[in-house]
Amino acid sequence: MYKEIFSKYEPTKDNLIYILHEIQDKHPQHYISEDAVDKVAEYLKVPANHIYGVLTFYTMYSTTPRGKNIIRLCESPPCYIKGTVNILRKLKALLDVEIGETTKDGHFTLELCACLGVCGNAPVMMINEDVYGDLTEEKVEDIIEKYRRAK
Amino acid sequence: MKTLADLKKIREKAQEEMKLRGSDARIKIVVGMGTSGIAMGAREVMRTFLEEIANRNLTDVIVTQTGEKGLSSLEPVVDLMEEGKETVTYGNMTPDKVKKVVVEHIVNGRIVSDYVVSTGN
Amino acid sequence: MSLKRIDLLICCGSSCISAGALKIKEAFHRAIEDKGLTHEINIIETGCMGPCDYGPVLVIYPEGIFYKHVAIEDVEEIVSEHFIKGRPVTRLMLQDEEKTIRMQKEVPFYQKQIKVALENCGYINPESMDEYIATGGYEALGMALTTMDPQDAINIVKASGLRGRGGGGFPTHIKWQMVHDRQEKEKYIICNGDEGDPGAFMDRSLLEGDPHRVLEGMMIAAYSIGASQGFFYIRAEYPLAIKRIRQAIEQARSIGLMGQNIFGTDFCFEAEVRTGAGAFVCGEEMALIHSIEGERGNPTPKPPYPAVQGLWGKPTVVNNVETFANIPSIFVKGADWFANMGTETSKGTKVFALTGDVRNTGLVEVPMGITLRELIFEVGGGIINDRKFKAVQLGGPSGGCLTAEHLDVGVDYESLKARGAMMGSGGVIVMDERKCMVNVAKFFIEFCVEESCGKCSPCRIGLKQMHHIMERITSGNGREGDIDELLRLGESVRNLSLCGLGQTAPNPVLSTIRYFRDEYETHIRDKSCHANVCLDLMHFQIDKDRCIGCSLCSRKCPATCISGSREEKYTIHQVECIKCGNCFDVCPVKAIEKIPGVPEEVAAHKARKAAQKSDDLF
Repeated sequence: MYKEIFSKYEPTKDNLIYILHEIQDKHPQHYISEDAVDKVAEYLKVPANHIYGVLTFYTMYSTTPRGKNIIRLCESPPCYIKGTVNILRKLKALLDVEIGETTKDGHFTLELCACLGVCGNAPVMMINEDVYGDLTEEKVEDIIEKYRRAK
Repeated sequence: MKTLADLKKIREKAQEEMKLRGSDARIKIVVGMGTSGIAMGAREVMRTFLEEIANRNLTDVIVTQTGEKGLSSLEPVVDLMEEGKETVTYGNMTPDKVKKVVVEHIVNGRIVSDYVVSTGN
Repeated sequence: MSLKRIDLLICCGSSCISAGALKIKEAFHRAIEDKGLTHEINIIETGCMGPCDYGPVLVIYPEGIFYKHVAIEDVEEIVSEHFIKGRPVTRLMLQDEEKTIRMQKEVPFYQKQIKVALENCGYINPESMDEYIATGGYEALGMALTTMDPQDAINIVKASGLRGRGGGGFPTHIKWQMVHDRQEKEKYIICNGDEGDPGAFMDRSLLEGDPHRVLEGMMIAAYSIGASQGFFYIRAEYPLAIKRIRQAIEQARSIGLMGQNIFGTDFCFEAEVRTGAGAFVCGEEMALIHSIEGERGNPTPKPPYPAVQGLWGKPTVVNNVETFANIPSIFVKGADWFANMGTETSKGTKVFALTGDVRNTGLVEVPMGITLRELIFEVGGGIINDRKFKAVQLGGPSGGCLTAEHLDVGVDYESLKARGAMMGSGGVIVMDERKCMVNVAKFFIEFCVEESCGKCSPCRIGLKQMHHIMERITSGNGREGDIDELLRLGESVRNLSLCGLGQTAPNPVLSTIRYFRDEYETHIRDKSCHANVCLDLMHFQIDKDRCIGCSLCSRKCPATCISGSREEKYTIHQVECIKCGNCFDVCPVKAIEKIPGVPEEVAAHKARKAAQKSDDLF
């Protein structure tokens, strides 16, 4: 897998962010393993600690395995004003996880994220690449159910 | 593309495609598409207008639709609106009549009085 | 060329997509094919039209009819009624009191607006370069390249009075002039698409809705400063914006608007897209530059400014998306036309993102200097459910809040700054009377604590301390002197931080103390939150006169702290209550009330526990 990804990018440091994105997207558990860090360090000829520095700086990267579906609930001010707190409580109850955790069946990971830019329809969450707006507790229940059925 | 003139060419062609969203067409054809109009063949009338206009490459004409006027016995009814002139209403239109209206009225500017039901706003 | 009779514009901005616009688009394709209308109707996907609150929205030309809240089930009806029979579907139109609003231009939301940057958003198909060109696109670039030298171009921007739309409001021409005057051969132009404040989504809408306009603005800037390479830095959270800009670059290349000798001149230009990976601080220009270089997005001290030592150490101009989007119009319509809009020091128009408790949320573009009242009550349609307006937060977590007494203040860079708020990217978060300002300020500080990169101590430690105090106040442990401590810390963080994030992060706390000091005082002294938001400073109580003894609240209580009977009615045992609010939500007769303040038994219980704890220590 690494070879294929590396072949698309020149071994220069400014490609690091893309390489990491792609490794994470391609991994079935959506994370960047220690092994991957070593491989990237070798390819770009930079110390592994530099890779970790970048990896842990940006919130979209994970160094621990995650679920099949990643739920990212927007925690930005307009969503907060419109009641993200209630949605978060609902999600935690539905999935029986805390923020940053993955469900036992490995189906969902619950995360918070910065603004998704859909503030006109706050509160908002993103599951994988799809954005859901104007969330209510009932709506969240339906959405999660839909993903559960799609198992 | 190397000059502003080249850009202008692309622009003019693209503006054609977007004409419906501007309103600077010379002539606007409004086909009555209420239930009775459709029952009397307004769809074919509409289609013929579109075909004829495309065939003749008439770029300053737009075709649109409206609801019923209540002139059931005269359906399909078509209004022809031209900037600065009175609206001409044609009745009992058929595809053949449409072809004639396009040639006579739209291209040559002569109202086909045989088909006219009324003029004015 | 086939001739179509209807242009169906479907807003496919992120908001409408989240409300199901793409499924509606597919349904239209199917329905139109079923009815054999494919050759008569154009289905066009546009960028954000602005009134996100009404999403999904459609506009149908030639009439310009505006439909809101369109559902999949409505598609069939629109096709059979409107497209076939010519009878627009009234029930999907906007209702204004007794009047039905048919046309897009009649919608009140659009009436005070003047669209410059957003001119084409929601009007053209953003994936079609031809449509952009049809609206006069790339004429400004052609004109600049073939009839002006770079200094002339900078002079036009100077005469227009354009200032950066990303936050600080720095005059655009000065940045350009500085880099123009550098002798180095290699220079860079960067488009900052790492949206400024959360709550401001105009940059996403522009990149998605009119990508060529932003690209054209960037190219004019590149020509003016002498750069031949440009970068779009776009947040990874905006996949559609990334896709559209990439596509726009390729389309421009396909007709020779990108690459060597553009418009037959010596000007050569290449642009590419770089993405982030989720870090708010990367909107800061030095942090952004480091992120492009493949480093942690840490800000570095200025000077040196990017104009001197920017990307890879070369002179660099970083401009915001909306700034670029204004450039083509300034060149085509003239600097005077632009400078005639707005106020003495803030020229032109500004895009605002209306969010929060305002009726018409969405993107609006209005002349600078418009009053907050016009913006919130006329364009925005006032507060949802006609509740009372309490405050408005301008400029996101870095901005400040203003109150009802400021409603007649004109919105421009200077007037906002003078009152402790800022323009920022144009996020306008409206709050109604039910919001607790102390709680909101705590939330903003929390946001900045999380987003602080941790490089400089005033921001890393100072904000953490401020958050700690805010936490204390909102949980009922506030002390006398906390307000002064917050002010002192806030001033230090503001004056000593390295970058814009730290320098502005204390603003929400400082401005809420300035305008809502009494709320802080009741939180600290009376242990009471009048808005009933801070859970430790309020409680639930059952009104026995209204209670019908149905026991629903008791059955739904997860802490089993509600007891009673049909005859005696029900009571909440305050000490055990966890304030989940279930009882409040389920009560069929609304007998449960939220009451500010801590009930006596809870206060006594807390005191006992505290005493016990100190006993244990000895």
